[in-house]
Amino acid sequence: MGTWDWTFFSRDTGDGRTYLEWMINAWGWTLAVAVLALIVALVVGSIMGILRTTPNRAFVYIGNAWTEVFRNIPLLVQIFLWYHVIPSIFLSLRSVPSFVLVVLALGFFTSARISEQVRAGIQALPRGQRYAGLAVGLTLPQTYRYVLLPMAYRIIIPPLTSESMNIIKNTSVAFAVSIAELTMFAMQAQEETSRGVEIYLAVTALYFVSAFAVNRLAFYVERRVQVPGMIGGTK
Amino acid sequence: MISKLDFSFLTWQVVSSFVLKGLAFSFELTLVAMIGGIVIGTMVALMRLSGRPWLAVPASAYVNLLRSIPLVMVILWFFLLIPKLIGRPLGTELSSFITFTVFEAAYYSEIMRAGIQSVTKGQVYAGYAVGMTYAQCMRYIVLPQAFRNMLPVLLTQTIILFQDTSLVYAIGAYDLLKGFEVAGKNFNRPVETYLLAAVLYFVICFSLSMLVRRLQRKIAIVR
Repeated sequence: MGTWDWTFFSRDTGDGRTYLEWMINAWGWTLAVAVLALIVALVVGSIMGILRTTPNRAFVYIGNAWTEVFRNIPLLVQIFLWYHVIPSIFLSLRSVPSFVLVVLALGFFTSARISEQVRAGIQALPRGQRYAGLAVGLTLPQTYRYVLLPMAYRIIIPPLTSESMNIIKNTSVAFAVSIAELTMFAMQAQEETSRGVEIYLAVTALYFVSAFAVNRLAFYVERRVQVPGMIGGTK
Repeated sequence: MISKLDFSFLTWQVVSSFVLKGLAFSFELTLVAMIGGIVIGTMVALMRLSGRPWLAVPASAYVNLLRSIPLVMVILWFFLLIPKLIGRPLGTELSSFITFTVFEAAYYSEIMRAGIQSVTKGQVYAGYAVGMTYAQCMRYIVLPQAFRNMLPVLLTQTIILFQDTSLVYAIGAYDLLKGFEVAGKNFNRPVETYLLAAVLYFVICFSLSMLVRRLQRKIAIVR
């Protein structure tokens, strides 16, 4: 299998930077896509998840339809839809950079999964909580804001954590529309240097580190927000 | 401002020569990886639950390693490494079969592990009490129930697996998505073909998930 050779990382790629610098830059793109897509997914997924638990049948239908559409089309196909199809149907979107399109694609794809978790979190609460909120005179939005959501989000921190780790892994699909992220770097640098094993090892390690960091961060958040005596809280 | 879509190029001739070949490969890959993945995954789950460190440690390392790497990277790794190990190039299709089987086994094994743990202890004790060995207990009492309890989850994972087969794009294998893409390039209608690909994937995955939901209601054991 040949011998190790890591020296190429300090070699120039031909455009004034080393392979190491290129890789760090690609890591930055991976993290940028992941963080922005996660924000989109959390906002949209929460709205859709909440809609599915409201008493309004039209809202429930919208939330369900959204979730089914974005869950049942492969991520790569969704990225192609955003990149090739939507700008050529709505011509005014032509000038939107592909980075934004990928963030939206990954964000909406993940929003379907988060909507499932938010719905499950709200439905896991005893029905009496909702009625109690309404009975003391809170409006429905107030009941959600002050009674249901604070507990529901605490319940779903573990699945949200694994979804955040998934989103880092899923950024790798952005290679297909030439976003300069880690997987794109791995494919191109592998061809240029033929040191595939070393490059893949380094890239895999960076994915590892990123996912692990998210895991620790979520653990910290979970500890900080826990309610004593409640689910996951200290006894 | 909306441009017009034109699907007139899409004749049966075009569909059968470009798309069907890819569809067949996607289904084949899903089926092989599902069967291989469940068989290997069940063995890995049994290793993890065996209580013997020399079996459990490598098994959990295998599962945790594969579950923390993006599938695209796993596809690239196998495509790079297998030819180096066997000393000759491997086609994209064969490489896909091996990669997906090994990768999905890690996910199926977690499902089977949960399934095995969902079977109550009393069942195992009952098996021992009537004189069964550990292997017989697993084979005749625990695994059949674990499998039945987890059937909807296993099938849901298979739907995800079917969606993930589109990622063989990374090594250029000819799957369903590729079939649409090639047709789109040939007739200069990429927008229409990507749109159709999305619709077809949706129809397949949505119908399958409806079936899984019905199955779930049907086989739910009332305890």
